[in-house]
Amino acid sequence: MGVRTWIEGWPVYRQLTGEDPLGRGAAAQSPVSHELLPRTAEADGVARSVCPYCAVGCGQRVFHKDGKVTQIEGDPDSPISRGRLCPKGSASKNLVTSPLRQKHVLYRRPYATEWERLDLDQAMDMIADRVVAARAQTWEDRDSGGRPLNRTLGIASLGGATLDNEENYLIKKLFTALGALQIENQARI
Amino acid sequence: MGSNMAEAHPVGFQWVMEAKSRGAKVVHIDPRFTRTSALADTYVPLRAGTDIAFLGGVINYVLQNELDFREYVTAYTNAATILSDDYVDAEDLDGLFSGFDEEGRQYDPSSWQYAGHEESGRSQDMHSQRETASPMQHESHGGSTYAHPRRDLTLQDPRCVYQVLKRHYARYTPEMVERVCGVPQDTFRQVCETWAAASGRERTAMLVYSVGWTQHSVGVQYIRAGAVLQLLLGNVGRPGGGVMALRGHASIQGSTDIPTLFNLLPGYLPMPHHSQHETLQQWVDAIRHPGQEGFWADAGAYGVSLLKAYWGDAATAENDYCFDRLPRLTGDHGTYRTVLDMIDGKVKGYFLLGQNPAVGSAHGTAQRLGMANLDWLVVRDLFLIESATFWKDGPEVATGEIVPEECRTEVFFLPAASHVEKEGTFTQTQRLLQWREKAVEPEADCRSELWFFYHLGVRIRDRLASSTEARDRAVLDLTWDYPTHGELDEPSAEAVLREINGYRVADGKPLSSYTELAGDGSTVCGCWIYCGVYADGVNQAARRKSRHEQDEVAGEWGWAWPANRRILYNRASADPEGRPWSERKKYVWWDAEKGEWTGADVPDFERTKPPSYVPPEGSSGVEAISGEDPFIMQGDGKGWLFASVGLVDGPLPTHYEPAESPFRNALYGQQANPARKVYDRADNVTNPSPPEEHSDVFPIVLTTSRLTEHHTAGGMSRTLDYLAELQPAMFMEVSPELAAERGLEHLGWAHVVTARSAVEARVLVTDRLAPLRVDGRVLHQVWMPYHWGQGGLTTGDSANDLIGITLDPNVLIQESKVATCDVRPGRRPTGPELVAYVEGYRRRAGVGGRPLPVVTATPSEED
Repeated sequence: MGVRTWIEGWPVYRQLTGEDPLGRGAAAQSPVSHELLPRTAEADGVARSVCPYCAVGCGQRVFHKDGKVTQIEGDPDSPISRGRLCPKGSASKNLVTSPLRQKHVLYRRPYATEWERLDLDQAMDMIADRVVAARAQTWEDRDSGGRPLNRTLGIASLGGATLDNEENYLIKKLFTALGALQIENQARI
Repeated sequence: MGSNMAEAHPVGFQWVMEAKSRGAKVVHIDPRFTRTSALADTYVPLRAGTDIAFLGGVINYVLQNELDFREYVTAYTNAATILSDDYVDAEDLDGLFSGFDEEGRQYDPSSWQYAGHEESGRSQDMHSQRETASPMQHESHGGSTYAHPRRDLTLQDPRCVYQVLKRHYARYTPEMVERVCGVPQDTFRQVCETWAAASGRERTAMLVYSVGWTQHSVGVQYIRAGAVLQLLLGNVGRPGGGVMALRGHASIQGSTDIPTLFNLLPGYLPMPHHSQHETLQQWVDAIRHPGQEGFWADAGAYGVSLLKAYWGDAATAENDYCFDRLPRLTGDHGTYRTVLDMIDGKVKGYFLLGQNPAVGSAHGTAQRLGMANLDWLVVRDLFLIESATFWKDGPEVATGEIVPEECRTEVFFLPAASHVEKEGTFTQTQRLLQWREKAVEPEADCRSELWFFYHLGVRIRDRLASSTEARDRAVLDLTWDYPTHGELDEPSAEAVLREINGYRVADGKPLSSYTELAGDGSTVCGCWIYCGVYADGVNQAARRKSRHEQDEVAGEWGWAWPANRRILYNRASADPEGRPWSERKKYVWWDAEKGEWTGADVPDFERTKPPSYVPPEGSSGVEAISGEDPFIMQGDGKGWLFASVGLVDGPLPTHYEPAESPFRNALYGQQANPARKVYDRADNVTNPSPPEEHSDVFPIVLTTSRLTEHHTAGGMSRTLDYLAELQPAMFMEVSPELAAERGLEHLGWAHVVTARSAVEARVLVTDRLAPLRVDGRVLHQVWMPYHWGQGGLTTGDSANDLIGITLDPNVLIQESKVATCDVRPGRRPTGPELVAYVEGYRRRAGVGGRPLPVVTATPSEED
């Protein structure tokens, strides 16, 4: 290593002689930081998405690599948000990668004091059995005047404001066919 | 008003700041000085729950000084329409309108009708309208009345709406506003002048509200008052105008359009009522109101196309398209009624889908006791929210009201897929649908709701496959054949969106507009107002043309219902002759040469109907819309200053005190909304208000709202490191004066008490909450965020535990933005002592007197 290279390797020299007098850019760069790439550059792909919090509908770009989300940023193309995200939207990678997220079905038996694990398939079967039974037990065919009621007031549901339109459509369609009326969401609250 | 936009919708607020930088005046009216107030030109504190008194004062100022945009008001609103001679205003009945039935606490609205149409009011059953929140149908816009009512274009007839309005608000003077709201007269006059100046051909004003308006026992009338004022100033249907509802969840607009709501079917079609909608024809006629003008006249096509989407080939003209199979309403089946029914042991199973009522709904104790009395509960969420763990660590476990070993509720927790692990559309607050691409597959047992409900449906149908029960035909004939893909058998969200959009039965060709829908079974459409989102077989909601490559309307980004229209009723952006009101406010206008409406947006009018069009005598429906009627979903084509139908608590907004108030109503003998929905039970007591005794037990006003760093009930924020660190603790804001009076220490502990519970928090002593002088005395208000619960990375008491269940009668939404309370220094008692402590308050206040029911958890007979 020559003296010149050695001196130029010293950040303060570059700061004093180069075009970065405040030492906040190229002057402060080390070989390691020079080689660093943003996670966004290394991503396998980027999905055009929308922030899941409030109803403003800010555009998000979701970067992913090896099947994992690596970064979520505001979408500068969006005419709504112009690339900006609030503290919640900016934290949404934390939402999807949080270690607190539950990945497995949990089951609490009647009168139990703890959770236990349950197979997803088995849980789906048990829920289907309970819906069919509750519906049969609480079915109301007709009112006292003989007019159709075709319903159950034994099964209720709450939620939908954080879900997709397609999901709400299937929820409403299935519950309506089952005769379940007490289907509600945050819009009532 | 009723919105802390900078805090709750921060990225949307950039546009307010953009407008401010171009000269717009920003006025913020709110009980508390907030992040929004800090950026406004003018901040006005007012007493929580008095917004109608304030708005009525502004309306009075506009009318007394004749500052309304007269040309707009005469042509586009019902100001000139003559009312029935039978109508008696609240001014003459001490706060009640004509037609009130004391016993049923409900109105007969026949006297509220337009002159000559009194009969149309008689067909309205207000009891069932309140029970079924039927005014919600009007969210897709438009109330019914008859076309071509009698009008006086000079606005001088004493029975015309303009004159009635003027008399109704005559006593809402600056002096009265000061007395009721605690707003000094000078400040109030300044707001009046600013607002009234933003009107006319060259100027507009925009009104923004959020649930600070909605969540009141008079919530719908708050919004009506805002709309009346905006119509008087000509600020509806024009760029830079409008009444903007800022909604709080990514797709809460979508979940109202494609409703997971008890009283609605997709596109605001009503869920049929057992006695009023016995047949398909009765149901259709109830929606389209034969004889009225506007696009609801085609309700039959919208309804039949939905039934075809549900039941496919099984839905035929001979069987009324399976109309019989729809479940029937008999009354109130809303979420609060249902929770009280859970406490009473009437409900067996409950699904929670990304919702946390143990923290987010009013009266947390009732929510948790209800869940503790179910047979089974299914919770689908990203995290273990309080509603999933109430049986283990809920506040009632501490007090002994829920004993885990005695609580029978079987709980299934199924992990959900996040917004990046599935594809589909959200509808944001301005009706814009945006498609999200999937980034990654969900891990382990995590699944989308689409997956869960599709596969649940498949399993239920398997179980019923050999059934001969008539009731099971509705399930077995349901069209449920969505294609699936991938290792998880995920149903195709695009296939569902295509069904929502609609297509022709004959060849499967997607429809491009709701005007193509037919009532003869030849079209399928899952939600008529969304028809066009899949026009030409293209997912229009997935469009992402950069804002840099199109104009500011950005019509090629996503898709807005209806018909990709960005400003509703934009015919009103042109004058009656079809010319822009001004060059500055040019938006949509009539191009006489081409013979069509044109402009920056999709015109909200029949494209080739000229401004000069006069409907033929005796016409109805679309044909009856005249060339100068911009409000094409209204039965008379006009913006309604006076609402003769659609509201169960009066045709004009009127100041009532909140259900819990420390003050007597200064304007009328009638204290609170006479038609409000109450559930008078030992487990849902209300703090007393004057003229009842003992209202001094709860002398302070409580209001709650959001923080930027947290989200609603906290399930998506208290679980995140960054957000939990940014707002690490539950707290309350109090004024220095209240702190001195009650001995509260900054950063120390204090607790708030109501007849429902006591909630503790750290104290933030701040000038942001100034005491107000109301009706001659000092009033203190306290504020709390409502995001906390016992789970997550930052824990604390839930503010909603303090709130009781009293609802707006039009939409059955709870009054949670205002209550009365007491504030005490130090932490609240714990364990069973908490129950005894609150009971002591109830006894002193003379309410209830019985403790909440303890869940005994005896298995139900069927088990």
